[in-house]
Amino acid sequence: MSFLIARSIDDAVAAMAQGARPVAGGSDLVVGARHGVDSLPDDLVAIDRIRELAQIEVNTDGCAIGAGVTHARLMVDETIVRRYPGLADAAALVGSPATRNVGTVGGNIMNGSPAMDTGAPLLVLEATVELRSEVGTRTLPIAGLWTGPRHTAASATELCTSIFLSTPRDRSSSAYVRLEYRRAMEIAVVGAAASVQLNDDGTIAATKIALTAVAPTVVAISVDLIGRPADEQALAMVAAAASDQATPISDLRASDHYRRHTIGVMAKRAFDAAARRAQGEHIAVPVNRTLGIGASS
Amino acid sequence: MSDSVVAVNLRVNGTEYPLAIAMSRNLLGVLRNEVGLTGTKEGCDDCECGACMVLLDGQPVNSCSYLAVQAQGRQVTTVEGLVVDDKLHDLQRNILEAGGVQCGFCTPGMLMSACALLERNPTPTREEIQLGISGNLCRCTGYARIIDAIERSI
Ligand SMILES: Cc1cc2nc3c(=O)[nH]c(=O)nc-3n(C[C@H](O)[C@H](O)[C@H](O)COP(=O)(O)OP(=O)(O)OC[C@H]3O[C@@H](n4cnc5c(N)ncnc54)[C@H](O)[C@@H]3O)c2cc1C
Ligand code: FES
Ligand code: FES
Repeated sequence: MSFLIARSIDDAVAAMAQGARPVAGGSDLVVGARHGVDSLPDDLVAIDRIRELAQIEVNTDGCAIGAGVTHARLMVDETIVRRYPGLADAAALVGSPATRNVGTVGGNIMNGSPAMDTGAPLLVLEATVELRSEVGTRTLPIAGLWTGPRHTAASATELCTSIFLSTPRDRSSSAYVRLEYRRAMEIAVVGAAASVQLNDDGTIAATKIALTAVAPTVVAISVDLIGRPADEQALAMVAAAASDQATPISDLRASDHYRRHTIGVMAKRAFDAAARRAQGEHIAVPVNRTLGIGASS
Repeated sequence: MSDSVVAVNLRVNGTEYPLAIAMSRNLLGVLRNEVGLTGTKEGCDDCECGACMVLLDGQPVNSCSYLAVQAQGRQVTTVEGLVVDDKLHDLQRNILEAGGVQCGFCTPGMLMSACALLERNPTPTREEIQLGISGNLCRCTGYARIIDAIERSI
């Protein structure tokens, strides 16, 4: 049994090479251990004091978000809100102010829950993830990170150090919405993210859609909308594709049937919000509150 | 499972507490037992109700689900820390006067969330207040008077 507060990435990966599990905010790891889902690992290395992990760095290529950046920071960070609003939409919905204060984006994606909120927006933004161990550093597209419920392609000795997002193209934007039964302390019943890039004539140049809580992992779906206007018909196509391609389960929160229907509604709303933002309309973060999606007061 | 004992310096309401505690202990239990401050309550012990809310470097944290050893080197503020020179904090006075306390079990946690909210947003709207205390459950008051009290403290 050991506990170490790492001050640097090197400290952290050295401890992980000896078998320690990283703990950032602990809002999955510690809470899960208290639930009795898993026991607390014997050896822990706290990574929440590592400065390099808590940075958001912007350059001409894009933006590197440290794995230790909290949801509370993501949802208000000027660069994230302006360039990647779909990610800010998701961060703003996580738990409560206290959950967002301790919970990190790295913990969210590495925990690998199919209901994680930041996964779908990161997928439509085509994020790449940097993983570091004592052996070296590698990057992989986030689409390759999740291998099953609570399983990732990272080995136990690899620390996620940052998540990279390319500079968004002109006339493009993103959005994330989720169906929720209450406005806080909630897990997505289903959720959807969309990124949309428009041509000068307003037709769709590129789009990506990803779904939360309707498959063993967060998943991207395909729908061919290139060259079409972002109109009612496009919205109907998005809804149909999402409902068709989802493979939801029934649990105490919702039946598979209900999830299959509502994922279509959420996908269409995410697409609509992303397209409107791409046209320059200001839709404040999070879309759920601004457009009254999910629970209202 | 054996549980290693770790030396931790906890700084609570400005006072240092050098302690030796098992790694798996939660901050809530250490505050109530070793430190001896019982204002912070245990409701669910499951990160759901907010009765255990304390501030860590000024930000709200559910202390039932936070490892005490992770608080090393951070400033912990509990409800006891709101009282200065034997005078109640505005939020405390207002929640009493507005009738926002019935059984009182949620009150310490509510106060800590409200305190953090006003710190990051000194002029919240009613809706922002609702979201600010959205991690705190109250089984008695129906929330309206708690929200009134926070509004009066702006
Ligand atoms: C009350 C409550 C409400 C919640 N609501 C939501 C919600 O609405 N939406 C949502 O998506 N989630 C929610 N969560 C889950 C959780 O808060 C998030 O997943 C959070 O982002 C986890 O981050 P963390 O830093 O606390 O992770 P931790 O618990 O510290 O870590 C989670 C896992 O990831 C590993 N890990 C952490 N960081 C790294 C890293 N850098 N590299 C490699 N591995 C790492 C840990 O070893 C552990 O296995 C909620 C949790 C609670 C308790
Ligand atoms: S006792 Fe911590 S949230 Fe309920
Ligand atoms: S006053 Fe009783 S729980 Fe809030």
